[in-house]
Amino acid sequence: MDWGNFAQQLVNGLSLGAIYALIALGYTMVYGVLRFINFAHGDVFMIGAFAGLYINRWLKPFFTGLPEALSTAVVLLLSMGACACLGVLIEKLAYKPLRNRSRLTVLITAIGVSLFLSYSAQLIFGAAPKGFPNLFNSTTHDLPGGASATTEQFVVLGVTVLLLAALRWIVLGTRMGLAMRALSNNPAAASLMGVNTDAVISFTFALGSALAAAAGIFFAMLYQAIDPFMGILPGIKAFVAAVLGGIGSLPGAALGGVLIGLIETLVVGYSQDIGIPSGYRDAVAFVLLILILLFKPAGLLGKSEREKV
Amino acid sequence: MRPALSHLLLLGGLGLSAVLQIVSPQLDDYAVNILILAGINIILAVSLNLVNGHTGQFSLGHAGFMAAGAYASSLVTLASGPLASGGDPVVKNAVFLGALLAGGGFAALCGFLVGVPSLRLRGDYLAIVTLGFGEIIRVVLQNTDAVGGARGLEGIPALTNLFWTFGIATVTIYTVACLVNSTYGRGFIAVRDDEIAAEAMGISTTRYKVSAFVVGAFFAGLAGGLFAHYISFIAPETFNFLKSVDVVVMVILGGMGSTPGVVAAAILLTLLNEILRDFEQYRMIVFSLLLIILMIARPQGLLGNFRKKRKGTS
Repeated sequence: MDWGNFAQQLVNGLSLGAIYALIALGYTMVYGVLRFINFAHGDVFMIGAFAGLYINRWLKPFFTGLPEALSTAVVLLLSMGACACLGVLIEKLAYKPLRNRSRLTVLITAIGVSLFLSYSAQLIFGAAPKGFPNLFNSTTHDLPGGASATTEQFVVLGVTVLLLAALRWIVLGTRMGLAMRALSNNPAAASLMGVNTDAVISFTFALGSALAAAAGIFFAMLYQAIDPFMGILPGIKAFVAAVLGGIGSLPGAALGGVLIGLIETLVVGYSQDIGIPSGYRDAVAFVLLILILLFKPAGLLGKSEREKV
Repeated sequence: MRPALSHLLLLGGLGLSAVLQIVSPQLDDYAVNILILAGINIILAVSLNLVNGHTGQFSLGHAGFMAAGAYASSLVTLASGPLASGGDPVVKNAVFLGALLAGGGFAALCGFLVGVPSLRLRGDYLAIVTLGFGEIIRVVLQNTDAVGGARGLEGIPALTNLFWTFGIATVTIYTVACLVNSTYGRGFIAVRDDEIAAEAMGISTTRYKVSAFVVGAFFAGLAGGLFAHYISFIAPETFNFLKSVDVVVMVILGGMGSTPGVVAAAILLTLLNEILRDFEQYRMIVFSLLLIILMIARPQGLLGNFRKKRKGTS
């Protein structure tokens, strides 16, 4: 067995998995507080990538002389902020009027929002893929074991770890995080204890959308091309990741994302050895989803929930 | 609907299809084109309505089942060669009927395989699994050279006519109406109205959900077969996610659970698609806004009785 190649697949899989993990966290957080699948989340990811492209283009004149790390951080943070606002806006306009309606109604609305974002983006930005600029000088670094990683992959992995640590602090260490956990545990009781449910829900959307924007920029950095429909497949795969990890569980979503990224990359990397053509790349996640639903519907780290009357 | 009335409807619909077929040489090609597309959309919308409207599940993969039916039936007619394209109309149409049924059967089998794992869980998983299934079908078709891969299948004999389209549309409406209004069919509505209560009353909710799903997939397969033998060319991209969304919009606009509403919406949207053909990039923006506004303002659709107290039969 060629260990160098295997290590290389692991590096590629991990950086793809980090992106899935960031998107999956948004699905799982929204599911935690509102119990519905925010179908439009993949499109927020797409908007994040476009926001990065345009913010970088507009601010380019001001970046001369600044260190690249700083300018990249500015682009990343501004895009995350823009998408956080977009997430809150979507929640206020489309989902808030539907509180306490049937889940199906909310799900259909979410699909409507998703299509609306994709097609509006197509109208505004054009259907053709756009190249994503290099935010910093990139080189290839050799790793022990014969693998190599680009600077982008290091940045993606490093910043993802930072974001996950920040998220952990917000959820476990702040009053807002406590309110989020209370709401996901029992909405009625949380509201009786003085939790401002609407504010917490808005905050959750802002947080999830900001993570999706970061994922969008990372995706664009690794693949260097973005288009209005780029969000659909990663969005669905990240949802599968959230289900794999146990929907509603934050560590589960992160773990699920990394696993889906690794499995997908390994299946494609070893397609010849295991006899699955690499064209089946996009089917891998769905086959996994069906297997999880069959054998462990609560996911790896999720608690199975009985519905009560 | 009383049984006598539904039988009358079946006969009337079949009669109307035959009449349409007889007068079709007098109609211009464009009108026939729109009528056939409307008929296929009626089949798709009414069958999806059984799953989404009557049973309260949410499938986003109708185009996937359509693809399964389209490819399976096309392979049958292409394999039967001169029998399907020859001169004898009886043999030709018999082969066509067989091919359509094979397509529907294959789609139903796919529906069963997808439905069993996903329908044991609550509704919103089904949306993602069916969406995923549509993608899997597309990826598999694209990578299978035997069915033309990404280039698709061409040279499918053009056997679809107004009689077959509206005949099958009538049978679809009849089957769904009879199923929903039968004693057995009360189970579908019970599952939709309150799954927990239905389960407590001893209804096997999974069995009902799977059977609605399989019947819906069967008719989607028939619609796919009709479509393939009308256009004479199919490719994996024909049956993408947007095709599923089109059908979902029909069901929601018409009103989940209302067959007349869904039929009207299918006709309306077929016409709307023709009118908006020059404004392709705005079409989906209009559709998506329509979905959002309908859900906020009128979730039962234009003619639907979703989530209302039902009195007697519908």
